[in-house]
Amino acid sequence: MSRTIDAVVSPTQTNTIPADISGQMLDLDEDDDLEVFSKDLTLADGNMFNASMPTSPGSMVNQCKFEEDEESDSKDIFITVDNPESHVTAIETFITYRVLTKTTRSEFDNSEYEVRRRYQDFLWLKGKLEDAHSTLIVHPLPEKFVVKGMVERFNGDFIETRRKALHKFLNRIADHPILSCSEDFKVFLSAQAWELTTYKKQGPGFLSRMGETVRAVANSVRGVKNRPEEFTAIQEYVEDFSNKIGSLDKVTQRIVKEQKEYLEELKEYGPTYTLWSGSEEELAEQLKGVAGCIERCCKETEEQVGHLSDTLVPVLHEYVLCAETLKAVLRRRDNIQAEFEAKNEALATKKVDRDAESSDLGFVWGSLLGKNPEEARHQRQERLDGEIEELKEEIDKLEDRVEWANNALKGDWGRWQRSMRGDLKSAFLSTAEKNVDYYEKYFIFIHTQITVSL
Amino acid sequence: MLSVSCLSALLLHTLERRMADAGNKESAPIGGDEFTNTELENNKNNTMVEEGSTLLRRMEISVAEAEKRTGKNTVNMQEIFTVYLIETRPIDAITEGHNPAPDSLWRRYSEFEILRNYLLVTYPFIVVPPLPEKRAEFVWHKLSADNMDPDFVERRRVGLENFLLRVASHSVLSNDKILYHFLTEEHRWKEVVYETGFQAKADSRIKALSATFRVKNPDKRFTEMKHYSDELQSLTSQLLRVRARVADRLYGVYKVHGNYGRVFSEWSALEKEMGDGLQSAGHHMDAYAASVDDMLEEEEHYADQLKEYLFYAEALRAVCRKHELTQYELETASSDLISKKQQREELATGMVRTFSFKGMTNKLFGQETPEQREAKLSLLEEQIVQGEETVTEKTVECEEYVKGAWVDMQRFKEQKDRDLREALIGYAVMQISMCKKGIQVWTNAKECFHKM
Repeated sequence: MSRTIDAVVSPTQTNTIPADISGQMLDLDEDDDLEVFSKDLTLADGNMFNASMPTSPGSMVNQCKFEEDEESDSKDIFITVDNPESHVTAIETFITYRVLTKTTRSEFDNSEYEVRRRYQDFLWLKGKLEDAHSTLIVHPLPEKFVVKGMVERFNGDFIETRRKALHKFLNRIADHPILSCSEDFKVFLSAQAWELTTYKKQGPGFLSRMGETVRAVANSVRGVKNRPEEFTAIQEYVEDFSNKIGSLDKVTQRIVKEQKEYLEELKEYGPTYTLWSGSEEELAEQLKGVAGCIERCCKETEEQVGHLSDTLVPVLHEYVLCAETLKAVLRRRDNIQAEFEAKNEALATKKVDRDAESSDLGFVWGSLLGKNPEEARHQRQERLDGEIEELKEEIDKLEDRVEWANNALKGDWGRWQRSMRGDLKSAFLSTAEKNVDYYEKYFIFIHTQITVSL
Repeated sequence: MLSVSCLSALLLHTLERRMADAGNKESAPIGGDEFTNTELENNKNNTMVEEGSTLLRRMEISVAEAEKRTGKNTVNMQEIFTVYLIETRPIDAITEGHNPAPDSLWRRYSEFEILRNYLLVTYPFIVVPPLPEKRAEFVWHKLSADNMDPDFVERRRVGLENFLLRVASHSVLSNDKILYHFLTEEHRWKEVVYETGFQAKADSRIKALSATFRVKNPDKRFTEMKHYSDELQSLTSQLLRVRARVADRLYGVYKVHGNYGRVFSEWSALEKEMGDGLQSAGHHMDAYAASVDDMLEEEEHYADQLKEYLFYAEALRAVCRKHELTQYELETASSDLISKKQQREELATGMVRTFSFKGMTNKLFGQETPEQREAKLSLLEEQIVQGEETVTEKTVECEEYVKGAWVDMQRFKEQKDRDLREALIGYAVMQISMCKKGIQVWTNAKECFHKM
């Protein structure tokens, strides 16, 4: 069954943002997760999945109905993000967006959901998805803060740009065979505001997350020893790609800037001809004709700049963020492997310990403490054996984890590349088309003018 | 809707027809035709231009080259300057099938200036064609303000040729001996031109300015023309200024696209599937960035055409001012005459009609002797006779000036309308050409992106 592409993203209601909210402070950095929560999942097994999710990757994959070649033919979930609204409370002001979901998936109770979400909620969702699937590529969110190049934080353009990016974010997740099965995703789409707040409070709290971060840092310091060749290749590519896409982003923004300055001058240029026509008799018509052409050029240029800003700039920007996401994903994969390697080393050390002749020191200590040396040695051996067994179990799990992580990344890498090609190709194509259109329209206008004034 | 190529073919055809109708000639590349002269001072039979006696009909003139020279200037310091090669050939020699080598001589810009000043003084009732600008103005960032810059020198060469062609095809100016000498004999020209004493004949600025303020009854048409010349000057100068800024910005837009070329090329090395498409798209971006250079160079031509009329405005104003001066001189001579006649009357009848210092002193110190009075009276009579002559002269001068100037101003007006009309059409055609190039480049880029 083939469906049409995502529902068009246009506000169904008139914008309810007040005309000037630049004076109000938009809340952009509150962090809900600073509270320490009760449910503290031990993460001894190294899994970072949410409590309500099945813990083994294998079972999770089976749960989802996903096809290898997904894309447009099998879309069964449609999401729209629109209708930004400003909310004012005593403490803060923030913007919420309407998230509308239509789906036929069985894990959803209803077929349609309408909820309101704020940026923080999207941040939360992204965090959860990345935690649960550390080596899957999650499409980036629009940035928290406005980077240079955008002028007014709170004007309509900023909100509209953000809205579009949030829309894309959710749809990309919906398209993802694994991520779209996430329970967090489901809750995000369907829960009412208070339900979501409650839900957010469950799950690994701040402290446990801290623990993970510390471990991750430690691992990255240790470094991965035997990174498979293909991931090194991917890393090099990502490095280069990041540079290129960054350059393209800058170049495009520069073009927008130059076009705008060109437009400013053009707006003054046309009137000089009109002014002159006032002093002429024979030439008046032609001078006015030229003024008309320049005016038309202004109009077309304005449209073209708008198109560039709406179409190409956001996509390039998105992929700049993507490059950072990819780097993070590669790092996380490395860490998982590093952890595995570390445990392996620990196991090897332990084995060496056990197999070594009882040290005289141990014998001496044992006798000092009044233990029977033979008994002490036996106890020690037993202890070590137990530890080794534990380690072996852990290592097995870690090995699974590494394999899962690598496969997930490999699979997603292909997906990501295809999306990237599709997105960038379509953005550049659209830009080229618009430019052809620009020149064609202007050409026809001038031609008409000349015919008239001949 | 007609396709772009169809429309442009149609346009070209229509333009060619227009050009043919106007009878545009090669030798006056910037439209310096003098076809609609109505009267010559000496030759009343002139109607068809082909039979006119302008120099350009008899002689082919061009400013073929420019070269740098070094020499000592007036304060004995080394200087570098540019000289321009003027080539001339008699037309009948060419039409007879021979192909003689042209006569040639070198002139520098300052000599052209002297020639023009001579023409201004000698033919004040003519709107004398202007020279190309002395210094580069309305410069935008890529354009050099340096007089030694080769592009500037080239544009100046074209402007000087244009000047000569306009002068040599003018029904009055083209007959001038000094002009002929300028074109044909390299040496001694300066001495000869100074010998005419034209510098002394030039009206002082102060004289001209005060005439403007004090003249009572100038010809209304000239006053209107003067206002028009002021407007023309300020309007074209404003237009040229903004145009230069627009050119600057457009340059920036195109050149930044060159960066796409570089980055696409680097990026294509990373990609397997997209590589080819990106690489070729990059080439088109480079082509796009490069295309602006030619476009803006063509536009400089257009700017030069407008500049010519910016400077023409000043020449037009000069003609109007000269009228005010002659009119003022006439008015002054007339009022002088009237007051002298009044004085005579007073002296003759003894009646003091109006208050005068003489009258006062007479009352105070007694009247003059009859002998004194006789002497004064006869002096006055002389002066009155002279005065009447002067007035008659001035009246004729003024009338002739008005007639001649009016004719030339009409000629100028028609020339201006023709030239500027073509310039504006040419500008529109340039814009069309820019559009066509843009369409081509981006259509090609589109193809490449498709292959990505």
